[in-house]
Amino acid sequence: MNKQPLTIADKTFTSRLFTGTGKFGSAQLMEDALLASGSELVTVALKRVDTQNCQDDMLIHVTHPRLNLLPNTSGVRTAKEAVFAAQMAREALETNWLKLEIHPDPKYLLPDPIETLKAAEELVRLGFVVLPYCHADPVLCKRLEAVGVAAVMPLGAPIGTNKGLRTIDFLEIIIDQSQIPVVVDAGLGAPSHAAAAMELGADAVLVNTAIAVSEDPVRMAVAFKLAVEAGRMAFEARLARPALTAHASSPLTAFLDE
Amino acid sequence: MTRSKNWFDAHDWDRVQRDIYTTTARQVEQALGNSRRSLDDLKALLSPAAQAYLEPMAQLSHQLTQKRFGKTIQLYAPLYLSNECQNICTYCAFSLDNKIRRKTLTDSEITQEAQALKQFGYDHILLVTGEANQTVGLPYLKNAIRLLQPYFAHISMEVQPLDQPDYEELIAEGLHTVLVYQETYHRDTYRNHHPKGKKSNFQYRLDTPDRLGKAGVHKIGLGALLGLEDWRTDSFFTGAHLHYLERTYWQTRYSLSFPRLRPIDLMQNDTITSRSFERCMTDRDLVQLICAYRLVNEEVELSLSTRETPRFRDHVLKLGITSLSAGSKTNPGGYSVEPESLEQFTISDERSPADMVDVIRRQGYEPVWKDWDKLLTSR
Repeated sequence: MNKQPLTIADKTFTSRLFTGTGKFGSAQLMEDALLASGSELVTVALKRVDTQNCQDDMLIHVTHPRLNLLPNTSGVRTAKEAVFAAQMAREALETNWLKLEIHPDPKYLLPDPIETLKAAEELVRLGFVVLPYCHADPVLCKRLEAVGVAAVMPLGAPIGTNKGLRTIDFLEIIIDQSQIPVVVDAGLGAPSHAAAAMELGADAVLVNTAIAVSEDPVRMAVAFKLAVEAGRMAFEARLARPALTAHASSPLTAFLDE
Repeated sequence: MTRSKNWFDAHDWDRVQRDIYTTTARQVEQALGNSRRSLDDLKALLSPAAQAYLEPMAQLSHQLTQKRFGKTIQLYAPLYLSNECQNICTYCAFSLDNKIRRKTLTDSEITQEAQALKQFGYDHILLVTGEANQTVGLPYLKNAIRLLQPYFAHISMEVQPLDQPDYEELIAEGLHTVLVYQETYHRDTYRNHHPKGKKSNFQYRLDTPDRLGKAGVHKIGLGALLGLEDWRTDSFFTGAHLHYLERTYWQTRYSLSFPRLRPIDLMQNDTITSRSFERCMTDRDLVQLICAYRLVNEEVELSLSTRETPRFRDHVLKLGITSLSAGSKTNPGGYSVEPESLEQFTISDERSPADMVDVIRRQGYEPVWKDWDKLLTSR
């Protein structure tokens, strides 16, 4: 069975598992896990890399022909700061792709919907391929789509919590309504969560903590890779839907129509 | 009445202390069993009764810290700019009544120290001074930050409490974090240890994090000087202060530190020395405190200085700590300008930054030199 590739803006991805680069016990372990995951898009926090230094340890370990860099603006609190950081990232890392993260709340790292929308509009105007991290808010996602973002990245649960798809009712609506790719980001703590998101119809998932802090990040990366593939395959094969009443394979009343 | 006074007055020292010391094993177990923990749970986890549960507390603290912060430890270094001080603090070598040679770094000396620290790999520095507004007031601090900006991604400060407009000016220059320790939350004990100088104003110091929050600083560091008073009660008040600040200034990050009193040279009064250490906590106590804070607050950063011994630091690295200083000098010019001048307190862990990096890596953690970038807040 041929898998459908995923296209975002001008790039096509075979893998629907996007990965993060934080929290790993070593840069080498991070690289090994990223490669094992099959991921083709990895997000990198601007605050962690020395953009003036091409020998930066993290950048060296994510420089691979298969990996596309997705710089993120984690740490900014306003649209204005995000736009400035994005411009610096584009210049330093030579990519116009950007994961827009504006979370002024450092405790739960929840995204600011108002500043995110303002920044997205401006960044699209400046020629960025914008992938905003946002609440699982169907209206916000449509508003972001309307200003021209390349995908939306609603959260499954608060970031880093490993709680899974706590926002599932809203994700269903977002996926149903969206005309751009939907990437479920944040909160996925187990391969089964990723598989469930893909079965739901998400176009991709982004996972970091669950891989990085596991006992064996490389094996966990492979587990997520397989789960994402399985979930997507199930979605494409069309899942049988649960029903309230029994549907007998040999109906008892069929004789009435004969 | 300030909001700070409201939260402070909501907790009576004696009642808090009584609650802590009468905690039962059942209450500790309840606190451990809760998925989200309250200030009442903090009392239970700080109690003598909780000492029997140290191992499960440590296991949980380790798990929660890894979930939030991953297998990483941030590194920073203090940069002492001046030992001039107009206060009398009974426990500090920089105290006005100590007849030591006073020194404040000049522009070229600041740059020289910065270059020395940069060679170790540091990207995060903590500027430290005594409290001498005439010599190391706002203009001096502004100038220092301006000089240091090109060298470091993250500049923190631990100096005298300032007014809100002063903080606003320093933040505009690139100041990211301010540490301000209340020393002790017990008014009478505070007065006894700070008999003279601007620092004797307990309320002004208590309100400092409020002024910082209003000024929009990115991170505020809190702590009590462990050894001045009963550490369990003081630590509860630090936790209650954090609880209030997190809800009021919700856009600010917070960190907690654990400064245990250390011996200093030139201690002039033996009574003070013995009294200071009488209340000091054991290693077991400090582990309990680190774990208790982590269990009630999964997100707060916990920082450990070189006041602690190498053996202790190596072991607690996995128990909840998220940042460490290494190779620290607590004297102005200590890295390169004047290594032999008087230290503020004696360092216990004299290992170099490179040695600490080895220790961190051997434990399966990644040392993080850079976790901030000025460009994220550039206007």
